[in-house]
Amino acid sequence: MVEGDFSLWVYLARTPLLWLTVTLTAYVAADRIAAATGRHPLANPVLLSVVFVAAVLFATGTPYPTYFEGAQFVHFLLGPATVVLAFPLYERRATVMRALLPMLAALAAGAGMTLICVIALARLFAVPQPVVVSLAPKSVTSGVAMGIAATLGGDPTLTAILVILTGIIGAILVTPMMQALGITDMRARGFAAGLAAHGIGTARAFQVSEVAGTFAGIAMGLNAFLTAILAPLALHLLT
Amino acid sequence: MIASLALILLAQLVGEALARGFGLPVPGPVIGMGLMVGFLFLRDARRSPLPRLLPAPLTDGTLEAMAKGLLVNLSLLFVPAGVGVVGRLDLIRTQGLKLAVILLVSTAVSLLTTVLVFRGVMRLVEGRGPDRDS
Repeated sequence: MVEGDFSLWVYLARTPLLWLTVTLTAYVAADRIAAATGRHPLANPVLLSVVFVAAVLFATGTPYPTYFEGAQFVHFLLGPATVVLAFPLYERRATVMRALLPMLAALAAGAGMTLICVIALARLFAVPQPVVVSLAPKSVTSGVAMGIAATLGGDPTLTAILVILTGIIGAILVTPMMQALGITDMRARGFAAGLAAHGIGTARAFQVSEVAGTFAGIAMGLNAFLTAILAPLALHLLT
Repeated sequence: MIASLALILLAQLVGEALARGFGLPVPGPVIGMGLMVGFLFLRDARRSPLPRLLPAPLTDGTLEAMAKGLLVNLSLLFVPAGVGVVGRLDLIRTQGLKLAVILLVSTAVSLLTTVLVFRGVMRLVEGRGPDRDS
């Protein structure tokens, strides 16, 4: 490489511009592919974008913190995006209020069953205790999940990874599973996606239907609250 | 557009402050979502003085358009954190297979439990059998 090119690279690699552009371009490409497959569950835009960006980082030998310095502007928008879930919720408040009882029952059952299942499986596989603690809040949105794990003596960075993986798995599983079960109620489908797979499940639900997305957003918020309360209890009782 | 963004950020900021201040287990942005719903109720209430007092973008649909724009591209926002997974694959490698099985099975169980309970209770509440498409 010519020296001039190299200094240009060094300059670009240090500004947010480059990694912001890479993130957006990867997403546009991923979204095009997802659209071309008719939003096939396996063509998950988060998964595809992550693979593309990771390939660029690997090819250029860029460490993750350097990348994140640029991409954090996108990451920051997660907060505002959660706030604006208020709009579909408000718009469909009548639909939501009619489903209040099913939502609360599904929330209690879903949150409880997730914790029991995760902890029981982890015990079965003899996973070390700190990893079990890091696993417990995996269905909860990442900020809260990391907080829960840290409070209970887990590893927050491991939790963040498990949360993202859970989100992608949930977003891929939800549509084929619901189809196989013959469940057509978008309220129920969305609520399950948001509870099991937080924001990534919610993003998937919005792709399928706006009603599903609305219920997914509610489930995500409620589950963060309930799991924060139930996780210490479940870990205490089951370990 | 700026007024809309400012309002959204304000809701999140107040939410974070409440969450931290009172040590609530709910994330700040989720409280912000609740505050935003409250704002919309107040704004649209009959004889509310807010539409006259607020900047136009908060009442003429600009705010709604911005919200929609953010939600349509919700997937994009998880990419930076998602790339972090690839950076830490070594950490998962030691427990990889076990973790993969745990995540797969528990996520499936989670989806299944939630959707079946939701549908079961919905049928009880509505007092009839068939699903309603919406």
